[in-house]
Amino acid sequence: MIYSKKMTLGQRHSLAGWAFLAPAVILIIVFMFYPILQAFFTSLQSGNANSMVWSGLSNYHRMLSDPKLKTAVINTLIFAVWQVPIMLGMALLLAGILNNSKIKFKPVFRTILFLPCTMSLVAYAIVFKLMFATNGIVNGLLLNLGVIDQAINFLGDTFWAKFVLILSLIWRWVGYNMIFYITGLTNIDNTLYEAAQIDGASSVQAFRHITIPMLRPVILLTIIMATNGNLQLFDEPYNLTAGGPGNATISISEYIYEVAFKSVPDFGYACAIGFALMVVIAVLIILQMKVGDSDE
Amino acid sequence: MSRRIKHGFIYIFLIILCFFSLFPIMWMLVSATNTTVDILSGRLIPGTALLDNLSTVVNDYNLYGALWNSFRNASCLSLLSLIICSMAGYGFEIYRDRKKDIVMQIVLVGMMVPMISIVIPLYRMFSEVGMLNTMGACILPTISTPFLIFLFRQNSRSFPREIIQSARIDGLNEIQIFFRMYMPIMKPTYATALTITFMNAWNAYLWPNIVLLDNKEFTMPIMLAYLMTGYRMDYGAILLCVTCCTLPTIIIFLLLQKSFVNGVAGSVKG
Repeated sequence: MIYSKKMTLGQRHSLAGWAFLAPAVILIIVFMFYPILQAFFTSLQSGNANSMVWSGLSNYHRMLSDPKLKTAVINTLIFAVWQVPIMLGMALLLAGILNNSKIKFKPVFRTILFLPCTMSLVAYAIVFKLMFATNGIVNGLLLNLGVIDQAINFLGDTFWAKFVLILSLIWRWVGYNMIFYITGLTNIDNTLYEAAQIDGASSVQAFRHITIPMLRPVILLTIIMATNGNLQLFDEPYNLTAGGPGNATISISEYIYEVAFKSVPDFGYACAIGFALMVVIAVLIILQMKVGDSDE
Repeated sequence: MSRRIKHGFIYIFLIILCFFSLFPIMWMLVSATNTTVDILSGRLIPGTALLDNLSTVVNDYNLYGALWNSFRNASCLSLLSLIICSMAGYGFEIYRDRKKDIVMQIVLVGMMVPMISIVIPLYRMFSEVGMLNTMGACILPTISTPFLIFLFRQNSRSFPREIIQSARIDGLNEIQIFFRMYMPIMKPTYATALTITFMNAWNAYLWPNIVLLDNKEFTMPIMLAYLMTGYRMDYGAILLCVTCCTLPTIIIFLLLQKSFVNGVAGSVKG
């Protein structure tokens, strides 16, 4: 019917294009955009799953005075403030070193540094959990080396639990970000460095005045990805520390999961937090992109 | 400072970082062959308990079932995902016009949507149609992803248009052109997309953990998390399971390293 012989070739091709993209777009609408709408409607309701009633903005009101949510937000901020700069700084430094043509065995170093990235989030969270157990290998090594006198209860202490979580995140993601920077660096014209060298610039100066400015867009991209990932943190705190001790490492996603699927499920409130989180992420990404654009 | 000394420091720095990078993975591999007692006493060399651990894991934890579920789900998801997303990327780029560009922009907005924000509606949706505990529920929401569509659209730019023109003259229809011309030529992009999709699917946890409640349907990450809640913690057996979950992705990465790195790079060149 719609594919009639009367159509022009252009119209026919345009229609073919729509046919090609339709399955993917329909799937995205059904499994992403429609659920977003649903999440928003649910966030305006209260009660248990089978008998929900409209309750206006009460779920959003509740968020403002929820101590546990506040803890989760603060935790997420702490993770982000420590993890993102240290991780990206290390990744940048490593990329700079591995882009140096005089270093040998570069592919070997690159592969090894990237290897943590192939591990599933649950898998590495468990490995870290067992390594940092009170009777685990880390305590064993530190005791043997005489660094500490008695085992540290890493996962049972509010400070150390955060420390181990941040450490594990950095371990998992440094190589990933490094690959982005290495790719960005290979796109920089080598003559820039040669010119700088002739002008007597040290390698540190070249790094500051050539590498970083040229990598700006990639750095921005990695900052966005890392912040976004931090805000959505779930697998690691859930499996490494189970949010504890107390709520010392609970993340926003973990809290949403708890509200929705543990003890007394409260879909309305969970959807409200989830929807707010989505808005925050969208605003952050847009802001970061705007900052990136305006600086150029 | 002489160049040689400076390079020496750089190598030492790199080797130290590589050590930290490898240590947890090596410890995992070594511990899979040790007993819990040996692991807790800090043993760092391979032992002889591998077969004992394996029999514990196979008898008590349904390891093969979880491996098969992970493999089946990840394979089906990857296959469908690659076909559907590459078709979309092709459609958006080759038949490009203003309306399609607007749709593409809307699709890209989807990149910002966190999974946790939509899991509750998705859960209710699949629960209403009685699809909880099925592979379908596990993979359907992530078949079509904005990232893959974007990757294929970007890479379609380098696909020579003359091929389409001459194929049309030869009498091929649009669908034939896609399957017979585009797919073979774009093999490198498919390889990249496959590594990324398969690894993401293999490692997926949040959504499968919500929708797969029956331990017959457990995938590897879910089974691992479940093991840790056990009353008795058998370190050797648990770390053998973690190894079984990790080795496939490490092997895929080492074999297809280039496509994987290209995939990461693909989003940089944009």
